[in-house]
Amino acid sequence: MWKWLHPYANPEVSYHLTNKLLPWFSYLAAIFLSIGLVWALLFAPADYQQGDSFRIFYVHVPAASLSMGIYVSMAIAAFSSLVWQVRLADASAAAMAPVGAAFTAIALITGSAWGKPMWGTWWIWDARLTSELILLFLYLGVIALHSAFEDKNLAGKAAGILTLVGVINIPIIKYSVEWWNTLHQGSTVSKLGKPSMSLDMLWPFIFCFIGFSLLVGVIICLRFRNEILARNSIRPWVRELVEQKTQ
Amino acid sequence: MTPSTTPKASLLLSAKNLTCIRQDRLLFDALSFDVFAGDIIQVEGPNGSGKTSLLRILTGLSQPYEGQVLFQSTATHNKENLQAITRYREEYQQNLLYFGHLSGIKGEMTVEENLSFNIALHGDNTDGQAQALTNVNLMGFEDNLASNLSAGQHRRTALARLYQSNAPIWILDEPFTAIDKQGVSDLEALFLAHAQRGGCIILTTHQDLSALANTQLKKITLDYSNDIAFD
Amino acid sequence: MTLATSTPNNKDNNLLPMSKQLSYRRAFSLVLKRDLTIALRHRDDIINPLLFFVIVITLFPLGIGPEANTLSRIAPGIIWVAALLATLLSLDRLFKADFTDGSLEQMLLSPHPIFILVLAKITAHWLITGLPLILMAPLLAVLLHLDENSYGALIITLFLGTPVLSLLGAIGVALTVGIKKGGVLLSLLVLPLYIPVLIFATSAIDTAALGLPYSGQLAIIAALFFGSLTLAPFAVGAALKVSTN
Repeated sequence: MWKWLHPYANPEVSYHLTNKLLPWFSYLAAIFLSIGLVWALLFAPADYQQGDSFRIFYVHVPAASLSMGIYVSMAIAAFSSLVWQVRLADASAAAMAPVGAAFTAIALITGSAWGKPMWGTWWIWDARLTSELILLFLYLGVIALHSAFEDKNLAGKAAGILTLVGVINIPIIKYSVEWWNTLHQGSTVSKLGKPSMSLDMLWPFIFCFIGFSLLVGVIICLRFRNEILARNSIRPWVRELVEQKTQ
Repeated sequence: MTPSTTPKASLLLSAKNLTCIRQDRLLFDALSFDVFAGDIIQVEGPNGSGKTSLLRILTGLSQPYEGQVLFQSTATHNKENLQAITRYREEYQQNLLYFGHLSGIKGEMTVEENLSFNIALHGDNTDGQAQALTNVNLMGFEDNLASNLSAGQHRRTALARLYQSNAPIWILDEPFTAIDKQGVSDLEALFLAHAQRGGCIILTTHQDLSALANTQLKKITLDYSNDIAFD
Repeated sequence: MTLATSTPNNKDNNLLPMSKQLSYRRAFSLVLKRDLTIALRHRDDIINPLLFFVIVITLFPLGIGPEANTLSRIAPGIIWVAALLATLLSLDRLFKADFTDGSLEQMLLSPHPIFILVLAKITAHWLITGLPLILMAPLLAVLLHLDENSYGALIITLFLGTPVLSLLGAIGVALTVGIKKGGVLLSLLVLPLYIPVLIFATSAIDTAALGLPYSGQLAIIAALFFGSLTLAPFAVGAALKVSTN
């Protein structure tokens, strides 16, 4: 394996790395999100067709793409854990799963809230919403399997295998759902086409997107840190850490 | 334990720095030992000291927290003869016989069907099967469904495979459970014969191995070390 | 004790590390034969999922109403969803008994490649549950007034699709076999993976009802079959190693 990655397979080193990264992520996330959200919700122009309800787009789209992105990162972590036996990769996948599930749920909720003014109903079997729902099931499956094992190490391995099976299936499921959707209700629903965005809509979107990605980074760092501590609770450096904190 | 120093005995299995943690408890740490042809090794220790965990690590069923298990590989493509068991799993398993707490006997099949499946599954010869049934005193029961057997007969059905095995490395977890006195001494004789023809045996038992005591019986003792920090 | 000799039976007096003569085909048929023998001596296990399949399908006309048009419209979906659930119900048997009595770990420790043994077990599972399902399906299609043009499509999709259900399901069981209450978890893990098969199979049957060619859908189901046939046994093997740890 790549030499430069190797020190981070040591839990203590990665613990201190997350400690160093965390403030950077937090400050940047706060800056980007506050600029992006204020701009998007107050100053960006309303869509000429959808009016102000269009603004939910600034939350929905980042959440939806992050939900996919987190699953792919989980799969990469699972792969490196199973193939190269990188033990910490398990911990990082375990840290990511609930965050991914939460963002999938946000994407679903904002999607259906967006659908209400558009379609006049809270839920419609739109291809993208349906695949997002199935993605949520896949996430919940991974989380449930992870928590069903008592041994953390085994839990990580089992959840890793499931994640890899899932990541092979996601494109197939996505394709089949899209195909099913055009087959059954192609003409009745006016789908949300990709709106050609003007620049004064694009910039706040970019800020929101980066802000949400950094937020994901913050939460994952926090959770990853906890996972490392929980898995290494008998190591001396963890005990020293606890003693320092309690004094 | 001290490794055998007889020059001609060949090394079959080697444990290097095994560390095992179960449920945040350190069972054993940096455990190393070598197993030579002709060795009979008894793993001792109180309940919960990690005997079964150690045996399962030696078979490759469980992975140690740290360390590795090496075996004597005969494959010509290797310069080094000692290879990690995880790397050449199939070759190692040709040389391995593991007998665990669970006997792997199917109640829906007859004694004979069970035995011939067990022998064939491990690639051994099924020809002497009737003899093996005689050896474990189950002749006359061969057409009984295993679900109708007593606990001891159940174990004997599983143990009959030992008589047919060509594997040099035997790892046996409590082989004497539910076996009567006569059966125990038969098995002890079998173990001696196996060791004499160049095999090795690693076993756990709470029995006194009386017949083996004056031979090359070696012991590994696992101490009960509770919740100790280490690095 | 009588004549019991305490020497090993093989004449070989020198045990050295060696290579045994092993054949994939023999290992496959050995495990297949064993699993079929056990299943045939335990007929409840074969019959119960089938009964479940029949009962679920009879419930739909009772819940929806006996109108032939409605029923024939939803028949493909009902039959396929019932087939998914019946398979799910039978999956538990695939590894559970072998796990609890220790024969699973003996198989994992045998010198044969795990994927051959796993493939044999999955084949046995399909012969015991998938095949009877296919034989029952036309009968149930009659009850649901399935369009006459669709019978061929129904049988072919079941033939190609049910092995996929067994293969993908095996991954789920292998992951949950060591967990005490794995049953509900299993459905959460496995059912999302079944969605593509469901979509393309029902669409093939619908297309056939319109008298149109449905070879495209069949090709996709066949691709799913070969894909899962090649990949699933390895995932199952890896999962079993985790579960028996």
